Amino acid sequence: MADTFTQTLPEGVEARELGSEWMELNMGPQHPSTHGVLRIKLKLDGEVVRDSDMDIGYLHTGFEKSFEDKTYAQGIPFSDRMDYLAPPINNVGFTMAVEKLLDLEVPPRAQAIRVIMMELARIGSHLIWLGTGSLDLGAVSTFLYCWREREQILDLNEAYSGVRMMTSFTRVGGVAWDLPPGWLEQLQRFVDLFPSRVDDYEALLTNNPIWKQRTVGLGTISAAEAIEWGVTGPVLRGSGVDYDVRKAFPYCGYEQYDFNVPLGRAGDTYARYLCRVQEMRESIKILDQAIRTLPDGPWITDNRKVALPPRDELPQSMEAVIHHFRLVSEGFKPPAGDVYAFVESPRGELGFYMVSDGSNKPYRVKVRPPSFCNLQALSKMIEGRLMADVVAIIGSIDIILGDVDR
Amino acid sequence: MSDEDREVDGKPDQPTPLRGPDEGVPPHPEGKRPSVAADITALATGLKTTLGEFFSPAVTLEYPEDKSPRSERYRGRHYLRRYENGLERCIGCELCAAACPVGCILVIAAENTDENRVSPGERYAKTYEINMLRCIFCGYCEDACPVQAIVLGPEYELSDTSREKFIYTKEKLLEPLPPDVQARLDSKGPK
Ligand code: SF4
Ligand code: SF4
Repeated sequence: MADTFTQTLPEGVEARELGSEWMELNMGPQHPSTHGVLRIKLKLDGEVVRDSDMDIGYLHTGFEKSFEDKTYAQGIPFSDRMDYLAPPINNVGFTMAVEKLLDLEVPPRAQAIRVIMMELARIGSHLIWLGTGSLDLGAVSTFLYCWREREQILDLNEAYSGVRMMTSFTRVGGVAWDLPPGWLEQLQRFVDLFPSRVDDYEALLTNNPIWKQRTVGLGTISAAEAIEWGVTGPVLRGSGVDYDVRKAFPYCGYEQYDFNVPLGRAGDTYARYLCRVQEMRESIKILDQAIRTLPDGPWITDNRKVALPPRDELPQSMEAVIHHFRLVSEGFKPPAGDVYAFVESPRGELGFYMVSDGSNKPYRVKVRPPSFCNLQALSKMIEGRLMADVVAIIGSIDIILGDVDR
Repeated sequence: MSDEDREVDGKPDQPTPLRGPDEGVPPHPEGKRPSVAADITALATGLKTTLGEFFSPAVTLEYPEDKSPRSERYRGRHYLRRYENGLERCIGCELCAAACPVGCILVIAAENTDENRVSPGERYAKTYEINMLRCIFCGYCEDACPVQAIVLGPEYELSDTSREKFIYTKEKLLEPLPPDVQARLDSKGPK
């Protein structure tokens, strides 16, 4: 080739090989498949990703800082808005940290209601992941079906808490309200229906050759690497590591429920898909047990130092009125100290590190968001993969930018 | 904890491995692929599902002509309530403003006099404003109010044409309540 080339060149001109260099490409922050405002700087060699750099912070909300300026009770509605696809789980995580500071008992009925709300949120979040993740790869019908079922979860949220997404349903020492009449029957209908819907999603995807070609063997991360990167949740379990906070450090009475932790093996996008689909089925199992074993009794502690007195006491008891006024205007003051409380969110371990200086507001709240830690491993997963696979791999990590940036 | 410490496979209490018969398929395109017949069966199963959905009734609503019902506990636009005799319930205690996590309520209280009696207690709210652009509809104000003066109603379509109109004043908040508000308050239980 070079020979023929030089022959046609004019006198005195030397031929040299054309060099090539990596191209830098910005993916996002307005890319639909980054599921939020994430910018990835990709270094491409042709179509192959050689290097990448995450640029986060586009959704920075300063919630961690805001917590320092709110009483403990006022922090709860803020926690909703971090991981906005699983607000009940954030509520519980935040509230558990405060309860740990106070060393407070939570009544069993409140624990069970929390479990129900959290498992519903887990299914709802996995549905969004499945819907958008498959939509990214062109599977539109799964997306629509997932949204249809999620709507039922939102209806349940609304019937219980009054809001479809930002439930803010916990209070320090329990939950804000008892379950409304007929709610458990509505939940039971959902629990009965949902497994057949999961079968539908699986019929569409699990053996589908196109889906498999886009996911099998992609974005692999080994168990050792996943642990090194601090990855948690289905991404970690997809690599075969058996770590689920609900099993390893049970909270809210998860030890009473019989459920499995699905484990993948290959650590690729397909393994994570299988893990999450299986997790939805396990959540249904938990819900089914929780409905049958829901204990009676109070749903919030009767400790008047932290929980508002029932409304019908207000006209009768001066003491209740005083507690009510003090709690609302000032809040309560936990003893000085620091705690770490953590729960299993749909994305992994969600932790709240809370420092109290003995005043009515937290001195510092540090959140350990699962999305932030899982996102760090993305560079590793997409290295050497095709540009088009990046979309599938981001989808399989299931990041929530509100959780990353908080 | 190192990787070797963990026994991942073969635990009896673990669910069966999730991966099917073609486990460990190397990445495409070189990989061994399932047979064409298996592919076609898998696609046909999916198509059967979608075809079934095609003939099942639609679940969508034609908003805004059709609307889904709101639950009894829905936390939407606020109202200030009155007693049957027309007096305002609000006693200007500012507890709602103290409870609000985002600080979007402004209450300025004034004394009731015999000539100008607005509420049964000593004081009433001369100014009561909620900045609906800031409100996050957490319902803390409703919980905080000792006389159940401020409640959240079922309305959720709160669009308007200017930012000023989202500062809901006392006049706007005292508008007649939707009929089922008492039922709504009761539905939340004695808490
Ligand atoms: S609903 Fe919450 S944010 Fe809105 S005014 Fe009441 S306390 Fe404030
Ligand atoms: S609405 Fe209720 S809490 Fe707010 S100032 Fe009036 S009486 Fe007090």
